[in-house]
Amino acid sequence: MIPISWYLILAAALFSIGLFGVLARKNAVAILLGVELMLNAVNINLVTFWRYNAPETVTGQVFAIIVFAVAAAEVAVGLALIISIYRNRNTIVADDLDMMKW
Amino acid sequence: MATENIIWLLPLPPLLAFVLIILFTNKNNKLSHIVGVSAAGLSWLGAMIVFFRSLGVEHFGEHPFVSSIKWLPLGDEWLEIGVRIDPLSSAVLFFVGITIFMIFLYSVGYHNFGQPEGDHDKKGLPPHGATVEEHGHKHVVPSIEPMYARFFAFIGLFATGMYTLVISDNLLTLFVGWEIMGLCSYLLIGFWFAKESARNAGIKAFMTTRIGDVFMLLGLAYLYTATGSLQYEVIFSEEVLHRLASAPSFWGLSAAGAIGLLLFIGAVGKSAQWPLHVWLPDAMEGPTPVSAMIHAATMVSAGVYMVIRIFPLFSAGWDGHSSLTPTMSIIAFIGAFTALFAATIAVAQNDVKGVLAYSTISQLGYMMAAIGIGAYVAAAFHLVTHAFFKALLFLGSGSVIHGMEHGVLHTGDHSVDPQDMRNMGGLYKKMPVTFWTFLIGGFALSGFPLVTAGFWSKDEIFADAFAHGHTTVFIVLALAAFLTAFYTMRQITMTFLGEARTPEAEHASENKWTMTAPLVVLSVFALGYGWVGIPEEFPVLGGLLPNWFHDFVGHTLANPLPAPEFSWVPLLTSLTVALGGLAVGYLTYRNFKSADALDPMRKLLGPVYHFIENKYYFDQAYDYLFVKPAYWISSVFTEKMDKGVIDGILHGFGKVAYFIGFNVRDKFDTPVINRFIGDGSAEVVQKFGQWVRKAQTGRIQQYMVSALGVLFLIFIALYYLVLA
Repeated sequence: MIPISWYLILAAALFSIGLFGVLARKNAVAILLGVELMLNAVNINLVTFWRYNAPETVTGQVFAIIVFAVAAAEVAVGLALIISIYRNRNTIVADDLDMMKW
Repeated sequence: MATENIIWLLPLPPLLAFVLIILFTNKNNKLSHIVGVSAAGLSWLGAMIVFFRSLGVEHFGEHPFVSSIKWLPLGDEWLEIGVRIDPLSSAVLFFVGITIFMIFLYSVGYHNFGQPEGDHDKKGLPPHGATVEEHGHKHVVPSIEPMYARFFAFIGLFATGMYTLVISDNLLTLFVGWEIMGLCSYLLIGFWFAKESARNAGIKAFMTTRIGDVFMLLGLAYLYTATGSLQYEVIFSEEVLHRLASAPSFWGLSAAGAIGLLLFIGAVGKSAQWPLHVWLPDAMEGPTPVSAMIHAATMVSAGVYMVIRIFPLFSAGWDGHSSLTPTMSIIAFIGAFTALFAATIAVAQNDVKGVLAYSTISQLGYMMAAIGIGAYVAAAFHLVTHAFFKALLFLGSGSVIHGMEHGVLHTGDHSVDPQDMRNMGGLYKKMPVTFWTFLIGGFALSGFPLVTAGFWSKDEIFADAFAHGHTTVFIVLALAAFLTAFYTMRQITMTFLGEARTPEAEHASENKWTMTAPLVVLSVFALGYGWVGIPEEFPVLGGLLPNWFHDFVGHTLANPLPAPEFSWVPLLTSLTVALGGLAVGYLTYRNFKSADALDPMRKLLGPVYHFIENKYYFDQAYDYLFVKPAYWISSVFTEKMDKGVIDGILHGFGKVAYFIGFNVRDKFDTPVINRFIGDGSAEVVQKFGQWVRKAQTGRIQQYMVSALGVLFLIFIALYYLVLA
């Protein structure tokens, strides 16, 4: 059986790539993609721990499915926001969206 | 309707009239007097129903009309108030109802209803007359009173007070009525408030009666403390009276005597007895209907009524024959003294109302003297007859003044005083109704034998004083009666008989029916009311009519006093003084021909006359004894105490506070607080803010980086602190 650490390293890598995307990319759509990567990293973790620690129940799978559902909803809302921003400000570059600045 | 309910309702119509006039109808004179007069009429009607129903009750003294309600909770007990009509209050209700109604009616004419508004009349001054043009030439006619509606409101409230007082079954509501009347008396004496004399008279009346009222209130408090009740039924019960009569109090008096004395002082103020008589003559500043109603027929009678009412209290321990209780002696003394003293002053008055004012004081003194010597029924009898003939006389004098004012307006000479009897004369031709009714009233006052009511009531007082051996009181009252007849005849002679002494008197004219009708009605009672109280043993006439008054009112007391035995001495004395006084009065004054002539009595009495004319200088004496010292003390307190000491202390506090304030500001607030804490902290905050705000870039990704960094730091910290 493949050692658990391989999965965890994969998940951590995926999470970090997502995080990097969120923090470094200027395109709002790309930032959203980063968030999706992070969520999927979490899913890998959930399924891994379920498979290795408590395979007799289905809790890990259920959690993963809930996260999918939430992620799908989040993407829908996020993309709607981005479209709205684009219509109003004619840009989706994150650095230009600095209305919260003093 | 049940009689008790009618009794409860008696004070209501005038009260409603007062409220209605004050709030709604005061702009409309006609509506106001309709409301006022019909309210008085309604109460009169109720009073008559109650009176006649009370006649139909067998042994009414033992079974009076009573009804009471629980009014005020006092701890575990209730203060009860209620109504009670017994023979005494029934008799009083009879004259109160009728005189009040008559006076309301009279006021309509007296205040010139239906006349035009005056040329330059002002509120607070008597009307001065209005110029009207008729058939091409101008002449002056009387003008309507500027505050016509207000007058009816006030006398309405007054009537409420009087009815309340009469129907009360306890001394507390009696006192309430008493004080309502005191207020109305003040308001009505000062009715023409723009006249300084009227204003001062109002204040004087209020202050003087207040002295009495304070003592009365003390008496009430004493009585309540001693018995726990103010209801007649309780306080006049045998057992309570016995207890009060044997309980000692101050100055060797029994508790009953002390309470009686305190209450009597209240009546001294209200009924203008010496030494608190000074307010009543000044009260003649008010309009004449007021003088008639308040200061002759009803309010001043209330004092006597109250003293008659509390008779069982101060006579407790007196069995009808033994020597008088100390309180009774005091009452008899004050009464008899006042009767004579006021009668002497009346002799030298020239104001037509002034004579009547002193005469009222004197007659009230009679009643007080009578009640003091235990002549319970005689006092009540004189109270009723006096109310009728004195109201008649006052209304008659008002009619005379009104007629004279007519003359004054005609000639236009306003320097002539329409109230001064020296300016009158010969008015019997001009004002026949007023003359005949005034004559009846005057003769009743003098005690003209047999036909007038005053004779019978006065005779009964004489008889009682003589029969029980109160010779001094008897002699003093006889002297006073002589003077009464004398000054009454003087007044009639100077006013009505002879020839007119001024052109104004020549042009005086009779008044409208609203003024003369009440005179006629009252003169019927001034004559006829005496016949209900003719003693049984009176020669010839006695027994023809039953002595109803004695049987009726006498049974108000639990143990009725017997009628005095008949004796010729008081009867002859009474005849002599009445007829003698009238004759001497006429003979002395029939030659009084000109307005400037010297009063015949002045020649006769010399300096004594001067003394009497100035009312024994009582006003001046009181001024020096009480008013001036009071002003002096006030000024001393104002200047020295208030402005010096009190204000000094206050200013001292102010200065100290001011000093501390300045120092704190200069030494502490400005340098320390403002510079360091105030400005300093603000600057620090500002600088910090400017520095920190650089972190606010508005870029979410930077925020997230910093959030990640902080999270990382927290994890590290947790790792080392918690796990390690």
